[in-house]
Amino acid sequence: MSGGSWIQRRARVAGMMVCASLLLTACGTLQPPQPWQRGLLAKPGMRLEADPLQQRFDQHIQTSKENASGGSGIGGGGCGCN
Amino acid sequence: MPASPLFTVAALLALLLAVPAHALETGTIAPTLSLPQRDGSSLHMPDGRARLTYVDFWASWCGPCRQSFPWLNRMQARYAAQGLRVVGINLDAKTADAERFLQEVPAQFEIALDPQAQSAKRYALKGMPSAALLAADGRVIAVHQGFRPGDAEALEALIKSHLDKP
Repeated sequence: MSGGSWIQRRARVAGMMVCASLLLTACGTLQPPQPWQRGLLAKPGMRLEADPLQQRFDQHIQTSKENASGGSGIGGGGCGCN
Repeated sequence: MPASPLFTVAALLALLLAVPAHALETGTIAPTLSLPQRDGSSLHMPDGRARLTYVDFWASWCGPCRQSFPWLNRMQARYAAQGLRVVGINLDAKTADAERFLQEVPAQFEIALDPQAQSAKRYALKGMPSAALLAADGRVIAVHQGFRPGDAEALEALIKSHLDKP
């Protein structure tokens, strides 16, 4: 076996290990936005509900049923406080 | 010769593992801050004069922040003479957003601008708004997250109890 193929083999193994370690961590190492970085996420257009009136209606029903409110937007604080 | 695969993986993992910042804890000394104000002058914290500092981190997009401002104005008006200093640190990435907010909800206390959010990182904020009550030497007396109108009474009592101490 020549030296070149040995190096190639080692390089291939190293490459595979790098790929495996990247796959293993996947998106787990991505940091979510910090509480103070949620300005864009807090914009009304970023809500999953397209119709504000419908959303208000749904929230009203949920508040009545659950005896709890909030948690439907980012502008409330990212701390679950409103 | 390429590096050992084990070394490569270890180096990658070391790179990927971030060191988490420690949140502000009661009894510790809060980081000192020097930030620009709206008029361009610098705001320093602590300033060496205030007996008690209530520092509030806010942003224009944050609903409870809007609710907290009238209360912060009241605290400043009521207790400034006794040595309370209210500081609002704005964390909007765009200062224009903060200006628009302040047009709607005027602040009668000191406002510092921190679009890079360096102060938020140093204080390792967990939510918005966040506030800390600091003693004259910068020691953290209390940390408060969020703002509900119902919190106001307890917070005022806390401020008052520390101002009443000789």
